[in-house]
Amino acid sequence: MRRTPEPYLWLLFSAGGVVAALLLPVLVLLFGVLMPLGVLDWPAQARLAALLDPLPVRLALVVVVALCLSHAAHRIRFTSEEILGIARFDRALAVACYGAAIAGTVVAAVLLF
Amino acid sequence: MTAAGAYRPPRDRLWFLRSRSYALFVARELTSLFVAWTVAYLLLLVAAVTGGTLQEFAALAARPWMIALNVLALAATAFHAVTFLNLAPKATVVRLDGWRVPAFMIQGGNHTAWLLVSAVLAWAVLR
Repeated sequence: MRRTPEPYLWLLFSAGGVVAALLLPVLVLLFGVLMPLGVLDWPAQARLAALLDPLPVRLALVVVVALCLSHAAHRIRFTSEEILGIARFDRALAVACYGAAIAGTVVAAVLLF
Repeated sequence: MTAAGAYRPPRDRLWFLRSRSYALFVARELTSLFVAWTVAYLLLLVAAVTGGTLQEFAALAARPWMIALNVLALAATAFHAVTFLNLAPKATVVRLDGWRVPAFMIQGGNHTAWLLVSAVLAWAVLR
């Protein structure tokens, strides 16, 4: 039987979907809407830096970024194929989407370590 | 078989506008763009915190177009959360000693977890 990476990609999609659902709405609400609108004050830079300082937090953030981007990459791959009718370019789309997710994860790791 | 010159039926380019369920399906799938955007935005925030440029980031975040984009991102990630957490009982059947846990309990547990995680994160950031 031919081996295929698809089950693992679906696994990452699922895990990323749950992580994105649990974490992203509150973070974008706080940092993307309420603080920019002035409803809440921005925390001091030193406090945010202290929040990001512990090693487990930084490791967890890299994993969160990897999973969320894997989820988005998988969905963008198939959604663009369905909406635009470009399924014949699946291989190139997969490389572009998962490549972008890996690049984003590397950026997160470089920023946090 | 995709022989050269093979017949291809004409494609309905606006198929996702033909019914409400198709439109909802595509809207749900398009939340992925905002999941990616939110991660990118949060990485910009991390870069500002570690690079000592939080003031500049706050000024960028307060621009009207950025707030509008993030309001859309909030709506999309919340829609993603509701639809994805509601999907769990369809993907996973939980049995306790032969008794199948009903869907509403799994969904309720997921949404409770979402609320708890959100509250803990907000507390950690704002305390």
